Amino acid sequence: MQGSPRFLFAALSLAMLAACGQQASDEQPPLVEIDKDPYPSTYTPLPSVTTAITNVTLLDGIGGQIEGASVLFEQGKVVAVGTDIAIPDNAEIIDGSGKWVTPGIIDVHSHLGVYPSPGTHSHSDGNEMTKPVTAGVWAEHSIWVQDAGFSRALAGGVTALQILPGSANLVGGRAVTVKNLPGRTMQSMKFPDAPYGMKMACGENPKRVYGDKGGPATRMGNVAGYRQAWADAQDYKRKWEKYREEHEAGKNPTPPKRDLTMDSLVGVLDGEIMVHMHCYRADEMAIMMDLMKEFNYQIASFQHAVEAYKITDLLAENNVCSAMWADWWGFKMEAYDGIRENVPMVHQGGACAIVHSDDDLGIQRLNQEAAKALGDGLRAGIDISKAEAWQWLSANPAKSLGIFDQTGSLEAGKNADIVLWSTDPFSTYAQAERVYIDGGLAYDRQDPASWPVQDFELGQPGEGDVK
Amino acid sequence: MKKLAIALITALGCGAVQAQNIAIVGGYVHTLSEQGSIEKGMVLIKDGRIEAVNERQDAPAGYRVIDATGKVVTPGLIGAFTSLGLVEVGMSAGTVDASAESQDYAPYGAAIDVSYAFNPDSTLIPVTRIEGFTLAASGMSSTHSLFGGQGAVFSLGIDESLVKPRAFMTVAVDHGGADDNGGSRAVLWPKLLSALAEASALQGNPLTPKDDWHGALSKEDANALLPVVAGDMPLFIDARRKSDILQVIALKQDYPQLQLVLLYATEGWRVAKDIAAAKIPVILDPEANLPGSFDQLGATLANAGRLDAAGVKVSIGMDTHNLRLATQHAGNAVANGLPWQQGLAALTINPAQLLGVEKDYGSLESGKVADVVIWSGDPLQVMEAPERVLINGEEVELESRQTKLRDRYLTLSQDKPQGYVRP
Repeated sequence: MQGSPRFLFAALSLAMLAACGQQASDEQPPLVEIDKDPYPSTYTPLPSVTTAITNVTLLDGIGGQIEGASVLFEQGKVVAVGTDIAIPDNAEIIDGSGKWVTPGIIDVHSHLGVYPSPGTHSHSDGNEMTKPVTAGVWAEHSIWVQDAGFSRALAGGVTALQILPGSANLVGGRAVTVKNLPGRTMQSMKFPDAPYGMKMACGENPKRVYGDKGGPATRMGNVAGYRQAWADAQDYKRKWEKYREEHEAGKNPTPPKRDLTMDSLVGVLDGEIMVHMHCYRADEMAIMMDLMKEFNYQIASFQHAVEAYKITDLLAENNVCSAMWADWWGFKMEAYDGIRENVPMVHQGGACAIVHSDDDLGIQRLNQEAAKALGDGLRAGIDISKAEAWQWLSANPAKSLGIFDQTGSLEAGKNADIVLWSTDPFSTYAQAERVYIDGGLAYDRQDPASWPVQDFELGQPGEGDVK
Repeated sequence: MKKLAIALITALGCGAVQAQNIAIVGGYVHTLSEQGSIEKGMVLIKDGRIEAVNERQDAPAGYRVIDATGKVVTPGLIGAFTSLGLVEVGMSAGTVDASAESQDYAPYGAAIDVSYAFNPDSTLIPVTRIEGFTLAASGMSSTHSLFGGQGAVFSLGIDESLVKPRAFMTVAVDHGGADDNGGSRAVLWPKLLSALAEASALQGNPLTPKDDWHGALSKEDANALLPVVAGDMPLFIDARRKSDILQVIALKQDYPQLQLVLLYATEGWRVAKDIAAAKIPVILDPEANLPGSFDQLGATLANAGRLDAAGVKVSIGMDTHNLRLATQHAGNAVANGLPWQQGLAALTINPAQLLGVEKDYGSLESGKVADVVIWSGDPLQVMEAPERVLINGEEVELESRQTKLRDRYLTLSQDKPQGYVRP
């Protein structure tokens, strides 16, 4: 709630200015500031007890694998990981013999809630297809929290996810990172202190959607569209800077009119909002990396990045992650060159590789997506361990979302976002048995009565069934 | 051309030119026949057909030996319901033969025939066969008519492709079918029943251009339905919610001779015993577990296992570009209750039976076409893969456009642009 009083104050100041007219000129009115967190997180972790999971094969998420390991967590945080850790007497001990423990899976590309189940037209809230640059829309304002997809993803070991607008627009709007706990409100799921994302899109989609609606109709039109948007954002940024400078100098400047589109774009230019850009083709990604230098911002990740394997050197040099499927291909021209070794080739090239879903079914088994990519890489002679590969599912996504200081690995002090797997999670037959979010037991496969059931599912066929 | 000649002669039953004889020795052989699984078995291949499967380890003289020790040997996998060969790139990339608009010819869609549209040069075919799929049923993905037309069975081998034209007819009675037919099941079902009644009234006699005909069906659609109502051509029915599935079972009671196959049957588990009693096999996607529409509120990962437990024959494999993921789908069905052997049957003998090609395909049995796959391990495990694929008794290169792209970029050349690298 910290944002609200400030917002109220700003609004009141504006109202007083308008009402009092020139009378206010002697005294300098307070600086008008833009509230950057008007819909703040109200997330509260589940109750938790001090817990130790023992005797497991543990992947720490940053490249380490420990046999016969234990993990201890308390008050929502990882306390210790290792083979010889002190377990306090009051800890609940889960014997994980024969099982595996990993950090929770983080999906950087989901449309749960904005394209929920059932997929009715009434629920289709993911693409603001009214103009090509809609940076001012926020995916969080479209999320239907009762989407059953959230609880299915939880059963697949997903503890956090980024929900993005669709890819119809050049700049689609803000993405939001949420904790995968059922909530009554979007705010109650919102990942505290996670930066916003900005969805942008290359290639076929914007030109297909706007080709008959005033453009862009071509890829060159797309690029002109991004460039104009950034140029406008630079201008807007300068206006606000000038306003603040003049206010600082004791003058009485009129604040620029707020523009929600520009607010979001400036957030990117200021490094506060992370760009996640839907881009398939290698040659287009190369252009986008020049574009980001032209306007001095950073692209956190290319989403889908089906041809990332062709430019792993450029991706590594420019420090841009690639969030990829294991094997989707061919559904449109820009996906025609998809290969099964994309993820391991990006990893081998020294660039940041992420396995993502963009799919309400795929999100339920991202461990298998990583396993397929790993297996294909090994057969192609790319030597990667399972422990390294797990970075594709937790550490690298967390880094690209700006939350790696909080989650994404099993290290002391990190959030206790933990999955206990029935067996090696690189097996088709592995199932998430227990999923902890901030140390709270969010999913327990052995206890059907504890499974979350969304409002929509109540009173419907299959309520509470195995899903 | 030589391969083609051999294949043609073999197909004609003339043994004058012989394909190589092969003995696959030492693998864990899953025959999918009454012979079951053999821990260290031998598969003998002669003239493009399976000669024998046994427990011996000594290959006869004159056979090329493939050592499969530590490997898993299965029949070639069968795509139960795909659009392979009918689409290259789905969106904004030219004609997609898998979809058609309703038009004057065949307004009911029944006369649509994919056997004329299949393109054996589609890059999807090598992409799919190197993952162990050697045969596929291909049908239309949309026609916006009552019927989805006649699908066919194709080999994914190098030379011959058309194995069985006009192998099945499709119709959708889900919400999509209703949307295309008056916007309501209350229109769709009477329309379907009327079409079947008209075709039945012809008593097997095709209409000619000279005949008077006052039915609602066009002549070509009526003729296309003759084998369906005679029970010679299976009718695949897309039905997802329980009530729709029960309508399909009722249809079978009214027309007992119909060979029905359920597509999707997402809520099939709710009436599994009824489906089993009606002896209707099912082709499904075992991963569908979301209430994606009001047709599938009861969707669950347990569907395949529950149907199988009730005695329903389950087949898996409904994708096109990624038909190859059917092994993963089957693995997930196994993780959720389907017995492992049934998971493999869902990719082999079960689709062979419902497509009516089980005399030649779907199991490793003497006399059947030698479509054989040697796997690095359990085919349903996501980290395993085929190491050798034989189609019609000939080993195929495990090469596709995708492996060539991979090999071109596996090492970024420092000297010349990648365009000069020919993998």
